[in-house]
This record gives sequence, structure tokens and C-alpha cells, in this order.
Amino acid sequence: MSSAAAAPVPRYLLEARGVRKSFGTTEVLKSVDLLVEPGKLVFLIGPSGSGKSTLLRCCNRLEEPDGGSIIMDNVDLLSPRTDINAARRQIGMVFQSFNLYPHLTVQKNITLALRKVVGMSTADANARAAEMLALVGLPDKAASYPAQLSGGQQQRIGIARSLALNPKIILMDEPTSALDPELVGSVLAVVKDLRDRGITMVIASHEMNFAREAADKVVFLDGGLVIEHGSAENIFLRPQEERTRRFLAQIRH
Amino acid sequence: MEQFGQEFLNLDVMAKVAPFLLQGLLQTLLLCSFLIPIGLVSGILVMLLTTSPYRLLRWPAIAAVDFFRAFPPLVLLVFVYAGLPFIGLRVPALVAVAVAFLINSASYYGEIYRAGMVSVPKGQREAARSTGLSATQTLLYVTLPQAIRNVLPDLLSNTVELVKLTTLASVISVPELLHSANLARSLTYNSSPLILAAIIYLLLLLPIVRLIARLEHRL
Amino acid sequence: MTAADAMSNWDRFVFTFFNADIAMKYGWEILQGAGITILAGLAVVITGISAGFGLAALRAIGGKPVNFFIIVFVDIFRSLPPLAIILVLFFGFPNIGIVLPSLIVLWMSLSAVLAAFAEEIFWAGITSVPKGQWLAARSTGLTFAQTLRYVILPQAVRLGIPPLTNRAISITKNLALGSAIGVNEILGRANSALSMSANATPLTMGALLYVLVFIPLVIASRTLERNYRWGEH
Repeated sequence: MSSAAAAPVPRYLLEARGVRKSFGTTEVLKSVDLLVEPGKLVFLIGPSGSGKSTLLRCCNRLEEPDGGSIIMDNVDLLSPRTDINAARRQIGMVFQSFNLYPHLTVQKNITLALRKVVGMSTADANARAAEMLALVGLPDKAASYPAQLSGGQQQRIGIARSLALNPKIILMDEPTSALDPELVGSVLAVVKDLRDRGITMVIASHEMNFAREAADKVVFLDGGLVIEHGSAENIFLRPQEERTRRFLAQIRH
Repeated sequence: MEQFGQEFLNLDVMAKVAPFLLQGLLQTLLLCSFLIPIGLVSGILVMLLTTSPYRLLRWPAIAAVDFFRAFPPLVLLVFVYAGLPFIGLRVPALVAVAVAFLINSASYYGEIYRAGMVSVPKGQREAARSTGLSATQTLLYVTLPQAIRNVLPDLLSNTVELVKLTTLASVISVPELLHSANLARSLTYNSSPLILAAIIYLLLLLPIVRLIARLEHRL
Repeated sequence: MTAADAMSNWDRFVFTFFNADIAMKYGWEILQGAGITILAGLAVVITGISAGFGLAALRAIGGKPVNFFIIVFVDIFRSLPPLAIILVLFFGFPNIGIVLPSLIVLWMSLSAVLAAFAEEIFWAGITSVPKGQWLAARSTGLTFAQTLRYVILPQAVRLGIPPLTNRAISITKNLALGSAIGVNEILGRANSALSMSANATPLTMGALLYVLVFIPLVIASRTLERNYRWGEH
């Protein structure tokens, strides 16, 4: 990249400002900012219906925001001139319900976009899939179908699928909420490992213990607004806002 | 274009043959009025046999259902109507239609009910039996209603098929709607009667087909 | 009833429905009809299902006007009795200068009917693929067309195969309607042999041939219904 020296290194990898989104008459996001520095793990917390999931989907335009700006690594995602399919390659997404393709093997789940979007050869894509499967601790599942795996294993495949594209950032929408309690740990261990490898992530989740231990930044969303954000320590131990305190008290029972 | 209109949409011809076609329509409705209810009920009996826990009942029933699903209804009809007289069993055309189409439609309805029963979770039957309901009560009040709701589009769809099936009776000269229309066509040297019959079938069946499409997409 | 009476009844039954002499005499003739039935059946299945698949894919891509025409086509051909379509094409069209051979009329009519049903089945499959599949595929950068081609349609087809098999069988059985417009398929030939021989054996043969052609498909559809799941056995 010849212009790399000239262009200022952006402070934020993902810079979403004033994002608005309504469904019919319901205003789900009323001007939300989300700033993510490279290499950091950002946790989105908040009651259900607070707009966490919509915010994540706006960040790769699976939902079309009504207003605001979203800049990913110097690329304006909302510009009509941006090739959104190319941009989405840079933004991995992990879903609550995994959304693995049931008709394809684990290997093909991972390699589909590598072959069709990146244009990799099948052999290279398969090698990449093997690498990703080793990373999420499931090296022997390439030939399995999703229905043959536990929920925790399926979600780790979901992570491997998005990771395989070598994205700059991974968005995770409640990655452990659909899992039985005993399976949550295996998925969080993979997330922790990715964090240690310096992969940027935004996670909407209710795993407060994990957030306290692993998050670099916590953003509290309620009623379509960011109520408070800061370090995990500040949010959990010294919340400034009444609504944050109330939410945290409810979560802890 | 004018030639097309003359041949297919000739209002004079249509008006002239309308009363005659109406007679045919009545015959079609008469056929439906006993084929549909008897088919719906006998389908339940077929389902009870094909899902029976006793192999001696289940296997022959499944074999018979498969046999008649492979048997074109028209062939069955011709067989009953034209074949049986050879051994002295002369059956009136209406009876031949009833026998042939009931065998056919009971097999199809039976398979639909079976799919419906399979879709009802086992726990439903267990729960019903645990409260002391008999096997028959469980079927009537718990499992069968759920099964029917689950396969309602298929039941409706098969009923449409059964109505369409009645047109085959024209082959053995039962004066139902299509037979009347075809007779009118050969008398008037014009195809408008056939189109009129087609329009009547559409009026009769299109609303049901629409309903099925809506039910299916909701599911 | 004496034993002799029972015997003679049984003989009469065999003579009438399973007469070896008659079977030998007309067997080859009727077997040729089976050839026509099988070829016409394959043609109907191929054109009907491809057309239905094409229409469903078009409906997934298409705008409102296209969809409207597809829905109208589908609804009409789902509602009309096949025999009515066959009679209109066969008797009506020659009067406006379009003369089609009876076999072509049969093929066209049944293909249109199967296309209508196949479109409905594929479309139901497409709409029943969970929304998350679209989201997941689009999030990895696949385009709309690629998502449809590699993720949605394969699942829609798999969902559709068991009902489609059943539908294809029941529509293809209507090839017997060809006998009403003089197509030389199984039933047509059996019927003329019946009147020539004054014996019901050709009809038995015809019926058995039909069952022989279709029973493997019926059994296959039963197996498909039971085993069609991904990676679960």
C-alpha cells in the first residue's frame, strides 16, 4: 500500500456515528455512536429490545440504517459507491442461532465464501478451513453436517466460518444465548483466544462475568440510545447512570 | 384474433349451451357430494390401518396404498367399468366412478392423514393416555384434530384433485360438466363450451387453490 | 355352492382376466405402449420440473408484475382439470389453424400442470428457508444471486423433493388420459385390444404395466420421505 505512509492511521477501526433505524413507527436506534479501536474487544450490553442486535446488523448493512455514518477502516459503508459485498468480507458476523447451512458439510460451510467471494481454489480453501477448525478446537469435524454437532460445536464452526475470511472485525450477536449452560464455556474460550490473538470484536451478550474479565470496553444500550460506556471496571463497579445500575442489579438478581 | 374469439369466446354459443352445461355441473356436484365426504372418512380408516401397531394389518395396508397410488385412476375406472362385465358383473357407470375414485382417493387421503399423525409429538398421545383417555378418545380429541390442522392444506389440495378427477367420468359417458361441454363442442363445432366449462371449474376451484397457497405460505 | 361350480367360476375368471393366449397375442403391442408412456412421462417430468424451477427462481428475483403473471399461471393450472386442458388444445386449436399431434398435446398439457405445482413447491421451499441463512450468507460477502444459487435454492430443492416426487407421480399417471385423444400409450392400446379380443386380459396387462412402471417411484417416494434429512440418519 503506497498511500499507507501518507494516510493517517485511523484511531478507530469501526466508527459508527449517529446511527438511526426505525421499523415502521418503532424507533429502535435513536442516534447511536459506536467507536471500536483496532485489536479491542467491545461488549454491547442492555435489555432485550434495546437495539444491540439492530446496531450490529447496521454495521454490515444487513439492516439498512436510516441515517448516520459508518466508517470501517477508512471505507464509508453507507456510500452508494462502496461495494458492500467486498466490504462485508472484512466484517465477520456470528449469529445467535448459528445459521450454519444445513445442506453443506462443515468444510463446505467454511469454504463457500472463500471459493465464491474470494475466488480461492478448492484446495487452498480446504486448507484454510482445516486451519480454522484447528483454531476453534474441532479439527476432526470437517466432514460432519451441522445437524450432527452440539450447539457449542455449531457456534464454534460459525466463528470459524467468519474467521476464515480473515476479517478486520468480527461482530457477534448473542453468540451463547442459544446454548445450554454447559456448552457456553467452549465458545467463550474460543472468543478469549481470538482476543489474545488481537482480533477486533464487538459482542452483544449477557455473559457479564466474561465481559468483566475480557472486555476492553463496555457499551450500555437502552431504548435505542447509548446510556453509558467505558472500561469494564468502570461500568460494572462504578456505573454513573441510574439506568445502568438498575440493569446490572436485575442481571445479578 | 377474431378467429380466436369466434372459436373460444363465442358468447352466442356459450349462452346457447349454458343450460346444458348447468345440467353437467349438477352431475359434477352430485359426484363430489358423496365422493368428498366418503373419501375424507375412508382416508382416516386407511390411516388407522397403515399406522397400526400390528404388522399383519399395517403391511398389507401399506402395500395396497402403494399399489393404488401407482394405479392411474382412469385405468382403474376403465377396469371396473369395462372389465368386470366380462365376468358378469355389470356395474352402472356411476357406481364404477364411485368405486374407482374412492379406492384412489382413500389411498391419497390416507397418506395425508398419516403424515399429519406423524407430525403430532409423541408426548401428546402419552399425556392424553396418562389422564385416562382411551385410545379412541385420544385419537378423536387429541391427536387427530392436531394432525388435521397440520395437514389442512394437503387435505384441501387433495379435495381439489378429487373434484378435477370427476372429469375422468366423462370417458365412460357419465354426463358430468366436462362431458356435457365436450358433447356441446361436437354439436356446435365450436370450442367455446369447453372454455365455459373451464371457467366454471376455475370459479369452483380457484378460490380453494388461493386459500391453499395462503395457508402453505403461512406455515 | 359345489366344488365344481367354484372351479368353473375360477376358470372363467382366469380365462377373462389372465388369458395366456390373448396375452401372447397382444403383449408386444401393449408393451410398445409402455415405451411411449415411459418416454412421454420422462419428457413431462423434465419439462414440467425445469419450468417450475425456473418460475420459482424468477419469482425470487422478480418484481411485482412478473410475480403476478407467475401466480396467475400457477393458480389457473392448479385449478383446471388436466382433461379439460387436453380437450381444449386438441379440439379447439385446430379450428384456429394450430394442429398439434395428440402426443404433443398430452405432453404440453401435463408439463404445464406439473410446472404449476412444481413452482408452488419450490417457492414454498424458498420461503421456508430461515431468514438467518440469507443473513449468514450475505454477511460473508456473497451476492444476492450467489446466496440464492448456493445457499437458498439447494435447501429449497431438498425440502421440495418428497412432495415433488408425489406430485410428479400423480400428474404423470394422467398420461392415461392420452387414450381419450388417441395417443397410443398403454391404456389406448389395451382398450383397442380389449374390443378386438372381446376379453379383459389386455386391460389387466395394461393395468399391471402401469403399476410396474409407477410402483418403483411410489416406493422411492416413501423412502425419500423417511430419510430426507441432512446428516441425520
